[in-house]
Amino acid sequence: MDWFLQPTSVTDKLLVMVVAIVLFVAIMGLILWAIDRPKVPTWVVVTGFVGPVLAALAVGLLWPAIKTAIQSFQVSQAVLGPNGKPVIDRTTGQRSSELVFSLDNYSRVFSDAGFQKVLINTALWVLLVPILATAIGLIYAVLVDRTRFEKFAKALVFLPMAISMVGASIIWKFVYEYRQAGSPQIGLANQLLVWLGLEPYQFLITEPWNTFFLIIVMIWIQAGFAMTVLSAAIKAVPDDIIEAAQLDGATGFKLFRKVTVPTIRPAVVVVLTTIAMGTLKAFDVVRTMTGGQFGTSVVANEFYTQSFRQGQGGVGVGAALAVILFIIVIPVIAYNVRQMRLVEETR
Amino acid sequence: MSQSGQAIELPITTDSTPEEKYSARQQKKAMRLQDAKTKLSSPWASGLAIIIAILWTIPTFGLLVTSFRPVSDIQNSGWWTFFANPGFTIDNYSNALSNSAGGLGNFFLNSFVIVLPAVVIPITLALLAAYAFAWIDFKGRDAIFVAIFALQIVPLQVALIPLQTLFVNAGLQNSFWPVWIAHTIFGMPLAIFLLHNFMKEVPRSIVEAARVDGAGHVKIFFVVLMPLLIPAIAAFGIFQFLWVWNDLLVATVFAPSPNLRPITAAIAELSGSKGSQWELLSAGAFISIIVPLAVFIGLQRYFVRGLLAGGVKG
Repeated sequence: MDWFLQPTSVTDKLLVMVVAIVLFVAIMGLILWAIDRPKVPTWVVVTGFVGPVLAALAVGLLWPAIKTAIQSFQVSQAVLGPNGKPVIDRTTGQRSSELVFSLDNYSRVFSDAGFQKVLINTALWVLLVPILATAIGLIYAVLVDRTRFEKFAKALVFLPMAISMVGASIIWKFVYEYRQAGSPQIGLANQLLVWLGLEPYQFLITEPWNTFFLIIVMIWIQAGFAMTVLSAAIKAVPDDIIEAAQLDGATGFKLFRKVTVPTIRPAVVVVLTTIAMGTLKAFDVVRTMTGGQFGTSVVANEFYTQSFRQGQGGVGVGAALAVILFIIVIPVIAYNVRQMRLVEETR
Repeated sequence: MSQSGQAIELPITTDSTPEEKYSARQQKKAMRLQDAKTKLSSPWASGLAIIIAILWTIPTFGLLVTSFRPVSDIQNSGWWTFFANPGFTIDNYSNALSNSAGGLGNFFLNSFVIVLPAVVIPITLALLAAYAFAWIDFKGRDAIFVAIFALQIVPLQVALIPLQTLFVNAGLQNSFWPVWIAHTIFGMPLAIFLLHNFMKEVPRSIVEAARVDGAGHVKIFFVVLMPLLIPAIAAFGIFQFLWVWNDLLVATVFAPSPNLRPITAAIAELSGSKGSQWELLSAGAFISIIVPLAVFIGLQRYFVRGLLAGGVKG
């Protein structure tokens, strides 16, 4: 059964892939076959359709989330015997430890200077990326709307969406590449500085501005998404509104600001929240470009470092970071659910 | 979105003849085109659009050019000198694909093995669930649907460590199974939400008619709805494909061994350890980008459709 759990050769890997799909299809077929008979009560049918999903989400998302929340309130503490000294476990020869309820993980995150920096960086990311990406996307969508090259122009800006964040990070790492003054620059950004008569600059290393240079990468990735959604919204603005405004003498920028933007406000809000959520959770850009060094880490990246790189001591802190991440998105959840309800009502 | 079509018809009263409607529509179109022209003839506006387009294209273009330049050229001059002093090679690609430093061919295969089940399984499950939420009446339906929608926003990070413990206890570590299962679970909330939106757009009368004819839920799902949903399935399929292929977090946590690592993780690793070897990095980056880019360009229409179904409702 080695190929099933530890495939190494090309054929084994492809085989286990096919088996996974076939297994899945067989199980689903069986479930559907079982519920598809006359006079089966509705709850059985519903269970067949929704059950697998609910089970997967409960085990794979809900339960882990609860467990992580609990973990974030636990620290490991040595068990003290009656004499006030740590108890040694006879079988392992180690100090016994127990998990106790504690707010230590959270107080560490909020008091430690390093973590504070991480929180500030995260705030910068979540404020700047959605606002700038949406603004650029909106401006671009308006500028190329109904021009001859609209399709092509939009594709250019939309393309980074298809590239992985890792790919985008490599692309920008190359733009920011630094060579000492005097030697030929191979990164475009530094070459521009040199052409302007300035010294080359360590874009990714110099604090605090390096965070902003990472943020630019995320804006570059997300603007295409904003542009596409907003472009569709702009095209859906009813003609009569535009005409009425034109009769009232609104033109050009005024028309855009007073009529177009208010009309597409719901779409703008959706775009802002979607990008904010994506930005909050993403760790790829920071991980690939600086690894979180030089004061560029964000919560999503720090979570990974703490949980998977720092050993046992980091797990509680990692959990606390994950919970903080979750708490920041709760308002977004609430807002989106409300928005969805409104849409359902107008249907 | 068919809204733009409707928008043009809006101000026309219903009692006009088709011809009148048509000419009125033409007139309107012409007017709007003219309006657009006056708006965009401003050189500032076009200039700004061109600047944005350049900023969004040049970084990728520069790396692409670099990936085809000989190593010595890459290290000694900027890619923009390529046009004055061209030197072309595909060595970077063959090195990145085969040599010991990169050996990306194997990781490319891993990505492929990961992505197929991780797209097929969640879509199928989500389709079934979306059907139930859209067309079967049951108690607590709305509450459960909203709960699933809300789960969409739970950061993956929250679930990773307990899930990993679960997989280790089940003896599944160091295999593809955790990656498939994790991608299935993480992709489902959005899939259900989007597919439900599409499913609701199917006219009620079609489903009702099938029901009157005595078709059960399974038959309605496969015979009546599936053919109508092909574009939606394509849309979400591309979504999930891009997401899984481009993923780094799930892969680094659940497929850490080189034997399972997908290409994104391999490139990220390369970037850390061989940060200055641009001949490997640039070629590697394009090898990892090429598949999603091809899928994206080929099926762009569906992708945008899927995006808009979730994006601009309301």
